Amino acid sequence: MRRTFREAANTFLRAPLLSALSVTTIAFSLFAFGLFGLVALNIRDALQKVEERVEIRAFIVDGTDATAVAAAAGDIAAFPEVQSVNLVSREQALQRARQELGEFRDVFEAGVLPASIDVKLKPGSRDPATVQQVAERLKSYPFIDDVRYGEEWITQLHRLRNIAGVAGLALGLAFAAVAVIIIGATIRMAVLARAEEIAIMRLVGATDGYIRRPFLLEGFFKGVAGGALALALTWFATQLIDRYLHFQTVFFSPSLAALGIVAGALIGVLGSAVSVGRHLRRV
Amino acid sequence: MIRFDRVTKEYPRSGVALRDVSFQVAKGEFVFLTGPSGAGKSTILRLTYFEGTPTQGEVRVSGFTSRETSRKEIAKLRRRLGIVFQDFRLLEDRTAEENVAFALEVTGTPRAQVGPKVSRVLAQVGLASKLTAYPRELSGGEQQRVAIARALVNDPFVLIADEPTGNLDERATRGVFQLLQEINAAGTAVLMATHDLELVRRSDYRTIELNHGQVVFDSADTPEVQP
Repeated sequence: MRRTFREAANTFLRAPLLSALSVTTIAFSLFAFGLFGLVALNIRDALQKVEERVEIRAFIVDGTDATAVAAAAGDIAAFPEVQSVNLVSREQALQRARQELGEFRDVFEAGVLPASIDVKLKPGSRDPATVQQVAERLKSYPFIDDVRYGEEWITQLHRLRNIAGVAGLALGLAFAAVAVIIIGATIRMAVLARAEEIAIMRLVGATDGYIRRPFLLEGFFKGVAGGALALALTWFATQLIDRYLHFQTVFFSPSLAALGIVAGALIGVLGSAVSVGRHLRRV
Repeated sequence: MIRFDRVTKEYPRSGVALRDVSFQVAKGEFVFLTGPSGAGKSTILRLTYFEGTPTQGEVRVSGFTSRETSRKEIAKLRRRLGIVFQDFRLLEDRTAEENVAFALEVTGTPRAQVGPKVSRVLAQVGLASKLTAYPRELSGGEQQRVAIARALVNDPFVLIADEPTGNLDERATRGVFQLLQEINAAGTAVLMATHDLELVRRSDYRTIELNHGQVVFDSADTPEVQP
C-alpha cells in the first residue's frame, strides 16, 4: 500500500506538468458540467417558485352561510392534493386587490369583489390535469359560483417545466459524456507516457494488479483535485454573477457539492481503470 | 528446464516466425542462439518469457507450460528469469540504483533488504561507484551492466539476453560477455541471442543456429570429435 502511495506521488513529481494538465482538464470538464448543473438547478428553483403560486380560487355566492363555507373549507383541506386552504372574505379580497393593483386602487369599491376559498395544492399535484380535477370538485359545491385557476398559464408552465426537464437531462448527459471522454483521454495520455515503465514492470514480473494500483490511486487523487477545483470555479462564477449581474443564484447544497467531488473521484478511478486495463490487454 | 517441443509461431501480419522448433536447455547451460536477422532468435526468447504463446507446439519453462499458464503465473515465472535487451530498457528518470531496486519492489521484497541487495548486485557487475548515476551519465557498456544487474537481482535460474552486445563497442562487448560468463559460472543458465560470430567462435558454448524460423544447426547434436 505504501508503495502504491509512493508511486502515485512520484508520478506527480516526475511529470508535474502532465499531472497539472490532467487535473486542470478534469477540473474544466467538471466545471462545464457544474455550470450547466447550476443553470439547471436555478431554472428548476425559479420554476418551483412560480409553481408555488399555482392556486385555485373558488368564488362564493353572496349571502352564503359562513358555517357552511367553513365546513366546506374543512372538507377541501382534507383532499389529498391540497396543501392549504385560505378563506378570503369580501373585505380581504378588496384589500388584496388594492394592494396588488397599486395606483388603480381607487377603482374598487367595497362589495365589488366576492369572497373566495383559495386553495393551494401540494407539490406534485400542480399539473394541469390535477388542478382541473380539483377545480371540478370545488365547482360541485352549490354555493360556489365560479372557479378560476389560470388554466392556460398552468398548461404553459407545465410544458415549460417538462421541456426544461428533458433538455436538462439530455444536455446533462451530453456534458457528462464529454467530460468522461476528455478525462479518459487525459488519463490515457498519462498511461502512454509511462508505457515503457509498464513494459519493464511486466518484464520483471509485476502482476497486472500491481501495475494498475498506482494508476487507480493517481486517478482518484486527480479526480478529487479536479472535482474540488471545478467546485471552486463554479462557486467563483456564481459570485461573479451575483455581484455583476445582480442575479440571486442558488448554489449547490453541501451534499450536492460533495457529490460533485465524489463524481470527480469516480471518473478519475474509472477512467484510469479503463485506460490501464486497455493498455495492459494490448501489451 | 527450458523445453521447446515442436513449436511453430505465426504472427498475423508478418507470417511464420518459427517452424517446428524443438530443443532443450539444461540447468546452468550457456547457449548461443545465432542466425541472420529475422531468423527467429528474438521470437524464441520472447516465447521463453511467455510474451505470446506458440501457434503450435509447447514451450515449458521451469514447470510452467505455454498451454495453461495464466497472466498471473507468467508474472511469477518472470520473477525467476532475468531478461536483458540490446537497447538496455532502463528508466531514464531513475538512477542505476533505482533501476535495479525497481525489479525488487515489483516482487514485493521487504524494503530493508532492497538496499543491500542492490548494492551487492551492482558491485557484482562492477558499478559499485555508479550507484547514483542516471543512465544518460553512463556509457553503453555501463548501462548494459545496470540492465544485467536488474536482471540478476532476483537470483534468476536463467538469464535471457537478446543481442546484449549489439549496441556496444568491442571493448564493452568483451566486458559484458565476460560478465555473462561469470554469471554462468556461478550457476545461472544463459540463453543469448547474438549475431556476433566472433564471440561464438571464441568460446565453446553450445550454439543453436536458426534460419527462416528453423533450427539448422545445434552443436549439442554433433558428436564431439575425439582426438
